[in-house]
Amino acid sequence: MKYIDEYRDKSLVQGLVKEIKKISVKEIKLMEVCGGHTLSIQKFGIPALLPPNIKLISGPGCPVCVSDRKFIDQAIAYGRLENVIITTYGDLIRVPGSTSSLNEEKASGRDIRIVYSTLDALKIAKENPGKKVVFLGIGFETTAPGTAAGIINAEKQNLNNFYVYSSHKIMPPAMGALIDEGVQLHGYIAPGHVSTITGSGIYDDIPKKYGLGCVISGFEPTDILQSIYMLVKQIENGEQKVEIQYKRVVRPEGNLIAQKMMADVFELRPDWWRGLGVLPASGLGISKKYEKFDAEKNLDVVVEPTKEDKGCICGEILKGLKSPKDCKLFGKGCSPSDPVGACMVSHEGACHAYYKYNR
Amino acid sequence: MCLSIPAKVISIEGDMAKVSVGGAEYETSLQMVEDVKPGDYILMHTGFAIQKISEEEAIESLKTFEEFRELNENLDEEEKQTGERIV
Ligand code: SF4
Repeated sequence: MKYIDEYRDKSLVQGLVKEIKKISVKEIKLMEVCGGHTLSIQKFGIPALLPPNIKLISGPGCPVCVSDRKFIDQAIAYGRLENVIITTYGDLIRVPGSTSSLNEEKASGRDIRIVYSTLDALKIAKENPGKKVVFLGIGFETTAPGTAAGIINAEKQNLNNFYVYSSHKIMPPAMGALIDEGVQLHGYIAPGHVSTITGSGIYDDIPKKYGLGCVISGFEPTDILQSIYMLVKQIENGEQKVEIQYKRVVRPEGNLIAQKMMADVFELRPDWWRGLGVLPASGLGISKKYEKFDAEKNLDVVVEPTKEDKGCICGEILKGLKSPKDCKLFGKGCSPSDPVGACMVSHEGACHAYYKYNR
Repeated sequence: MCLSIPAKVISIEGDMAKVSVGGAEYETSLQMVEDVKPGDYILMHTGFAIQKISEEEAIESLKTFEEFRELNENLDEEEKQTGERIV
């Protein structure tokens, strides 16, 4: 398969590992921000390849994991309204809410449908003119443009029964907030697909303000190892900067069309992150221009009081302060088939990735 | 959900494209990319092509990896000859 197999070549991996060992002296902690990286790192067993002075820790880049439980509760409340169809990416369906989940609601007869794309949700809206179709918008800068395109297309098609409940978030505020909270790090393996959209400029503050390097990385083992090599080199030479390893898809300016769509449809608002609390200008609400598609403005619901699970340490894990194995429930009472916290549900969640590949 | 996959464009109709991922075919929107032709590789995410994959950059990065491999093979050779561990 082009652009996948080539990057998994064993001898290339070994070459990079040796190169890292050759130049790495200092004790360092690198954070992979993105849940997709956590998944690859665990899947390909990267920590075991690295010298003991380099530690990798997972960060807050799993959108399902950082989202408020209230988001699930409110989505469930929309699903309980008459004549509403909920459309969602599959990732959300098993995330526990306070007393139910979308999956349980579906089993009890609510119309909840998994879609692969907002375009599928629009199709459902068109085919069901008597119903209101609510799309659950979740994800970072990679996924937000797809939601923006959905809204722009709904406007073009004059659809008046399509709504978005947005929990979209942007990455840089969380990366800054972690350091402000005192999490000790020496560099960021920066999200590859977020950067495909945004370009590399969004990280410029991190070397400037916090003295940390950021290397935007691809997702194959050779990509991740090369990014680690680049970060180690920066650290050993004492020059922290933003670099792109994943050049085959990330351009310094990003995807300008997608950025324009996002700017048109969304506006920044404060948002709550699991582990980090409320961060200013870190969430994407729907702009005034498109407010007729905003579920929060157009559909009234009463949401049950939020109940958090006792014993789940997802918040600490998302901050890089703890590892899934530090959780008493990990593998005992919490597993992918019976998850307690969101970090065990999403494939990009650290608990799920550790459970699957590193138990 | 954040996962995106490289796909090869097979045919284009309006702003939709048929693409192939390891033999399986999918439909994807080209609303967010420009100048895409059949035969190009794109990165696909939730039904949208979010970027064209640059062939030159892909070849370039593989070349860098190859250089690392060669360097290490030379190093291995040297270690064997001198009987000393360099790394
Ligand atoms: S193992 Fe389960 S309970 Fe523990 S932190 Fe992870 S998701 Fe939460």
